[in-house]
Amino acid sequence: MRHLLSAADLSRAEAIEILDTAATMAATQSREIKKLPALRGRAVVNLFFEDSTRTRISFEAAAKRLSADVINFSAKGSSVSKGESLKDTAQTLQAMGADAVVIRHDASGAPQRLATSGWIDAPVINAGDGKHQHPTQALLDAYTIRRHLVADRTGAGLDGLRVAVVGDVLHSRVARSNVDLLHTLGAEVTLVAPPTLVPVGVETWPCQVCYDLDATLDEHTPDAVMMLRVQRERMSAAGGGFFPSAAEYSRRYGLDAARLSRLAEHTIVMHPGPMNRGLEISAQAADSPRSTVVEQVANGVAVRMAVLYLLLAGTDEGTHP
Amino acid sequence: MTAYLIQGARLYGEERADLLLTDGRIAATGSEAADAAPVGTVRIDADGLVALPGLVDLHTHLREPGREDAETVASGTRAAAAGGFTCVHAMANTTPTADTAGVVEQVWRLGQDAGWAEVRPIGAVTVGRAGTQLAELGAMADSAAAVRVFSDDGDCVHDPVLMRRALEYVKAFDGVVAQHAQEPRLTEGALMHEGVVSAELGLTGWPAVAEEAIIARDVLLAEHVGSRVHICHVSTAGSVEIIRWAKQRGIQVTAEVTPHHLVLTDEQVRGYDPQFKVNPPLRTAEDVAALRAALADGTIDIVATDHAPHPREAKDCEFAAAAMGMTGLETAVGVVAAAMIAPGEHAFTWADVARTLSTVPARIGRVPHQGRPLAPGEPAHVTLIDPERSWRVHPEDLHTASENTPFTDRELPAQVVATFFRGVATVLDGDVRNDREGAPA
Repeated sequence: MRHLLSAADLSRAEAIEILDTAATMAATQSREIKKLPALRGRAVVNLFFEDSTRTRISFEAAAKRLSADVINFSAKGSSVSKGESLKDTAQTLQAMGADAVVIRHDASGAPQRLATSGWIDAPVINAGDGKHQHPTQALLDAYTIRRHLVADRTGAGLDGLRVAVVGDVLHSRVARSNVDLLHTLGAEVTLVAPPTLVPVGVETWPCQVCYDLDATLDEHTPDAVMMLRVQRERMSAAGGGFFPSAAEYSRRYGLDAARLSRLAEHTIVMHPGPMNRGLEISAQAADSPRSTVVEQVANGVAVRMAVLYLLLAGTDEGTHP
Repeated sequence: MTAYLIQGARLYGEERADLLLTDGRIAATGSEAADAAPVGTVRIDADGLVALPGLVDLHTHLREPGREDAETVASGTRAAAAGGFTCVHAMANTTPTADTAGVVEQVWRLGQDAGWAEVRPIGAVTVGRAGTQLAELGAMADSAAAVRVFSDDGDCVHDPVLMRRALEYVKAFDGVVAQHAQEPRLTEGALMHEGVVSAELGLTGWPAVAEEAIIARDVLLAEHVGSRVHICHVSTAGSVEIIRWAKQRGIQVTAEVTPHHLVLTDEQVRGYDPQFKVNPPLRTAEDVAALRAALADGTIDIVATDHAPHPREAKDCEFAAAAMGMTGLETAVGVVAAAMIAPGEHAFTWADVARTLSTVPARIGRVPHQGRPLAPGEPAHVTLIDPERSWRVHPEDLHTASENTPFTDRELPAQVVATFFRGVATVLDGDVRNDREGAPA
């Protein structure tokens, strides 16, 4: 593994190695001294072309706990017309001695361009690109599912587990990454969304698609229900008018108290954050004991530590935690 | 001026014959040609070469005035000559827009001065290509540039009333509206063909229906007002069906396909390489097959390059930020041979290349002295092609001022060897001739 660009690039063995490494990392985080020396002297650049405080501080925490130096580069507005090009930014970072670049970009494929255009040599980690991929989110979600629903975890996948991913699939890199990774790990994924928020061309994805949340909950009986953030501007005509109103969306696709009560006892409720309480998820669901929303944040740090460690520590004499 | 005796070329890829070019005309053909050759005639051994009437492109972006960093009339027509063309139609989306007699005459004169090929400016349909008010189409038609093709290419004439008026108005001077068929609302932010690949890549889709809906509307409008309409760069199987239906109905519709839409598909976009970003976008393998069949059976009348040069920085960036378009003048013959002749799927011959890249585009553009038969007395616009000489595309070897070809490192099965424009060799032995007769100092 040279870069982490897409969850679809991960083999089952690679994905499980990351999850197992993340478990090792997580175990160190209950120690009084959380910092590991593994990446001492290495520079990790967080190159964020899109605002995302959560993801940035998660990567920052992960890198710092591995003793790497972290440089945060916030560069909104990337296109040639708006100012400095991605190429020039990348080459600037290269010249400053970046050992890894964590990139968040509003253009799908920007991390792949960075990794494959010969602009830089450093490993590239995709921290979310447009509507394409967010592989560390999928990894932390898989990690969370495995922790809750798989008994003998080390070395295990998610075989036979049923996961419903509910919401704005069309615009979601989280959905795409999860479909790829959860399928690789053996889970059965059902996407649930209004037809306007399912992409044309979804038929080749390794998952089921259903337009009816209630039918999915009753017939598919998911082990995990992952709610996706729905942006309010999607309902306006300017945004495309994907659904008529927030209230209608919430009635048909929101995880309200009634739906929450119908879930199997072991079923977990997930959300990548930030949540729109009262729109895609009710307060009851968000705050219920089934909710893994806060835990997902903690797991995100462990998974990102694992990814940074596996990409960087292998490249010279890194120390095993 | 120098006379040329082209010996033993296969005319239209068929019978071997000699061609004598003197004083800008084809003076003689066949067995009489050698006898008629004056003293000092340059003899060209064309054994094994195919002779076609000089190629005519109905859709070329020469970028001048305004974007001389991407291409100029001189560099673009030089590339055209290298590709076997003796006439190009210069698209109107320049800066300023070619929407007045002044601008089209400027472009026409730049073409005259450069002397590589005949430049026929296309006039914008609407002022500034803004889609709200008709440009002075009559003034452009009456100008020295004698514009007959009008297009807002790059943007669709989407207002149905305006499109109707344009179709009607140009009848007064036998003009034609060349429509860039793209329903704007259905393609807001669109980056690539909407389908399986766009779903996976997370790039906003450009649905086939956005092209097909406009074509359906416009053929019906053309029927209603009794005008002819030309459809630019047809890219979908559904568009082909609509055009086939319209032609069966007797509607005066003509259509073009680009070389790149005959060979490339949306699968090429998987690497997010902006060299494959083009408008209309690369479609699916099924669309490619339908376009090839339609070109072979005449539903699509012509091949037009949509040569769209861009400076390097416009492609050396993220896919979303990149400009749309690819160069095409110098690869057109090779790509058409690769798509239409080499596979042998369709009975497509070099005579069909002459029809679709010379005779019919000249007729659609109402260019009087181009696309003429290889016969005595006709203008000496001749292209010689080696149908067996394969070559590998290297952007640095091309003559266009830009590098944005999608065919880098691709092997093409046929190559232009010589181009004669008004009897002057603009290309000879595969070399473009900067020192040709009548070249500007």
